[in-house]
This record gives sequence, C-alpha cells and structure tokens, in this order.
Amino acid sequence: MAKSNKPIIWGTFAAGGTLTAFVTPVLMVLTLLAATGHLPEMLGYDKLHAFAAGWFGKLVIFVILFLSLWSQAHRLRCTFYDFGARADTLVAITVYALAGVGSIATLVYLARL
Amino acid sequence: MTENRMGTRQVELEVLRYNPETDQEPKFQRFTVPCVNEWCVLDALNYLKDNLDSTLSYRWSCHMQVCGSCGMMINGEPKLACKAMLRDYAGVIRVEPLSHFPIERDLVSVADDFMAKLKRVKPYLIPGEKRTLADGEYKQTPAQLERYKKYAMCINCMLCYAACPEYGLTPKFIGPAAISLAHRYNQDSRDGGRDERQEEIATSEGVWECTFVGACSDVCPKHVDPASALQQVKVASTVDWYLEHFMSWVKK
Amino acid sequence: MSRRPYVREVPRTTWFFKHPRYMRYMAREVTCIFIGIYTVILLVGLARLSEGPAQYEGFLEALRQPGSVLFHLLALAFSLYNTFTWFNVAPKALPVQVGDEHWPDSVVSGGHYVVWVGLSLFIRFWAGVL
Repeated sequence: MAKSNKPIIWGTFAAGGTLTAFVTPVLMVLTLLAATGHLPEMLGYDKLHAFAAGWFGKLVIFVILFLSLWSQAHRLRCTFYDFGARADTLVAITVYALAGVGSIATLVYLARL
Repeated sequence: MTENRMGTRQVELEVLRYNPETDQEPKFQRFTVPCVNEWCVLDALNYLKDNLDSTLSYRWSCHMQVCGSCGMMINGEPKLACKAMLRDYAGVIRVEPLSHFPIERDLVSVADDFMAKLKRVKPYLIPGEKRTLADGEYKQTPAQLERYKKYAMCINCMLCYAACPEYGLTPKFIGPAAISLAHRYNQDSRDGGRDERQEEIATSEGVWECTFVGACSDVCPKHVDPASALQQVKVASTVDWYLEHFMSWVKK
Repeated sequence: MSRRPYVREVPRTTWFFKHPRYMRYMAREVTCIFIGIYTVILLVGLARLSEGPAQYEGFLEALRQPGSVLFHLLALAFSLYNTFTWFNVAPKALPVQVGDEHWPDSVVSGGHYVVWVGLSLFIRFWAGVL
C-alpha cells in the first residue's frame, strides 16, 4: 500500500489546531465585546485598517485565517465520517474546496487594503 | 449483592453466551457466584466454570496481567479480567467478549485480524548496523532506552482495539497496538527498519485512520499510551512527506 | 465442530452514545463547526474592512444583533473546550525528553496554558481592552 498524502492536510490541521487553541478564544472575546457595544479600540475602522494595510498585519491575518480554515475543514471532514456519512471523498472535496476558496478570498481582500 | 463478615459475597454475573453450533445470536445468561471480596473477575469466572457451568469458554493464562489473554468487556469497559477487582464493582457485573472483534464462542473473541496486522508492521529489531558475534553486543544508553521504553510494555491484549471507535467503524485500520509497536522499534537506537514499517503505517489504513479519540490510552492496562505513539508517528510522517516532496535534496 | 464467528456491527450513526468518553470526543470534534463559522465571520469582516468605512460599520452593526451575541457565547464555550482538549493532549504528540527522563505531561501542558494566558492578555492589551 502506498504511503498516504494525508500529511499535506494534516500539517495544516496540526498547525491550525494549535493556532486556534491559542488565539481563537481571545479573538472571540474581542468580537463579543464589539457585539455587546463595547467596541475594542483596535477594532475601530481607522486603527484596524491601518494595521491590516501594513505587511505585518497582512501576514498575521493571512496566517490566522488560512490555518483556521484548513484545520477546521479537516476536522469537519473527520466529523462527518464519525456521524456516519461515508461519502468521504465527496465530503473531503467539498470542505477542502471551501477552505481553498476562503484562502483565495483572504488574499484578494488583503490585496485590496 | 450481600456481604458478610467472612469477606465473601454473592456476585451477580451477567455473561454474554454464544455457542456457534446451536445459537443464532449471543444472549446474556445470569449467574449468582459466591465470591471472596479480594477476588478479581477472572476468579469469579473460574469458580463459575468449575462449579456452576463447565461449558463456559474464555481465555486466560497467567492471572497476573502479563499474558494479555483475558481481555473482555466488563460493564462496557475493556479490561483484563485478572485486573478487574470485584471490590471495585457493585451490583450486577456484565461480562462480554471484547468489542469490535467477532465472537468465536462465549467470551472468546477472534484475534486473527490483530495477529495479521501485528505481523505486517514488523514488530522486531531490524538491525541498522550489522554486527557479528565477535563485534559484541548492541549497546544502548539509558536515554536511548527511555525513548521507547513505555511502548515496549505492550502485551498484545487488544483492549485498545476494543476501545477504539475508529477500528470499530473501519476494521481495516491497522490500529493502536500494532502501530505503537512499530513506533517502539522505530524509536530504538539499534533499529534500522523504519522505512520498511513506514510502508505499512504511513498509509491511509495506517496511522491516518486515527482521529486521536484517545480511548486506547485510557484503557491500556500497561500504560503504553498508544495515542501518544500514533500522534508521534503522524508528526514524523508529516515531516517525511514535506522533506520528500519539497526538499528531496535534504538527506534524511 | 465448525467455526461460525458472530460479528457485531458498530452502529454508524449512534456509536458515540455508547460511552461518555466517545461523547467527550464528539464534543471536541464539533468545535470545528463553531470555530469554522467564526472564521467565516472574520473573513466577512475582512471583506467589509477592505470595502470602506461604511461597509465596515455595517459589519459591526450586524455583529450587535442578538443572534450574533448568542452565537459568540456558544462559540466561545466550544472554542475554550477545544483549547483545553488541545493543550491537555499536547504532551502526547510532542513529548520532551531531556537526558534520561521525559518531562512530566503536566509540565508540557502547563507550559501551553502559561503561554496561552500571556498571549491572550497581550492580544487584549494590544486591542485596547484592559
């Protein structure tokens, strides 16, 4: 049996899982504050735009969105299987395509800033 | 359950019975077994077979958590019957053959699948450096031993397979114990067989079927922690893959 | 005497009800639904940010809907569960051996928690929340 190509996806899953474990809760706290009317200073248009327009900001945003998308897409694939959906190839193509579209969209939006 | 001053008690055992010659499907049979408090479930089964029903079939050998043959489901949990102490159980104790394996008869499960997988992963030393007798022994430092020691404790009892839902759902999965044993030899400083084993375990039937449920490590009676071995195999196989595809000029 | 092994099929869609540890595992796996949706929200925020102040203001307006607050609370709970489960098993994937001994799992996990708290405080501070 040939060696699997799973590592290419699993690499992003492991990196993305670690990243989401470290930063997603605090990001949620920040947007929750915004959602309850206590907008954090940094999430105002001017400050956030200035951050996202710089190369460092772009890099941070891209890494967070790219790894979050691919890690959660991969886990979603496994979750489908665990819930009994056996059309694994179809599920895999769909979730990875979504992650791919999201990654390209991230690049496009970052380029427009 | 009644307990008296002599330290004995009546234990209600609900045992899954299956006779391939007469039964269409397994069914539970209830026994009341007079037990000593300090007995384990295996002692209760031995009393049952000797005194109440000699047709009961189950495997056991050492009675001391070394041979790995008395694995069975005890109240839904994979256990060695010799390690499951009656004092830890109250009420009816339900005893079934290991989950995820076919039932041969009563509490005896069919181990053929596991044995074939074990063989595939080459769980033995494949010397990296050939030495003759005159060259002397293969030496190893305590630090080198520490790298694989816990994975060498596996007794092939198959409790981890009975606990692993991914093995239950996808029986072709090579599974926790076999991959942990492959990892044990891969981690051994005297071994040179990793490439051969990777051909089996770095495949879709191998480590990539694992989703890190972690149940294998919860139930392992020898604290082998198969889940850790499998995650380390994933990390190493991922590093391999990136090296092979993007940096083929780097010598591994 | 002939062999006739009896095979018990694992029920594909209900197997995880069989044991609490399977339920805990599935709870961990479904965190991806919440973190995934949240990532899409962030992506939409980025899109609006790139379109201009009025569009970004509209995004912030949408965030303030009651449904959004409720989603945030749920997603935060699942996200924290993901964090705890991830850190607790980190030593299995990345054991640290120094000399003849492995570091205890609690040290490797604990290190993750310490870094996490520090990083979270730093990001809050950076965002202007004290």
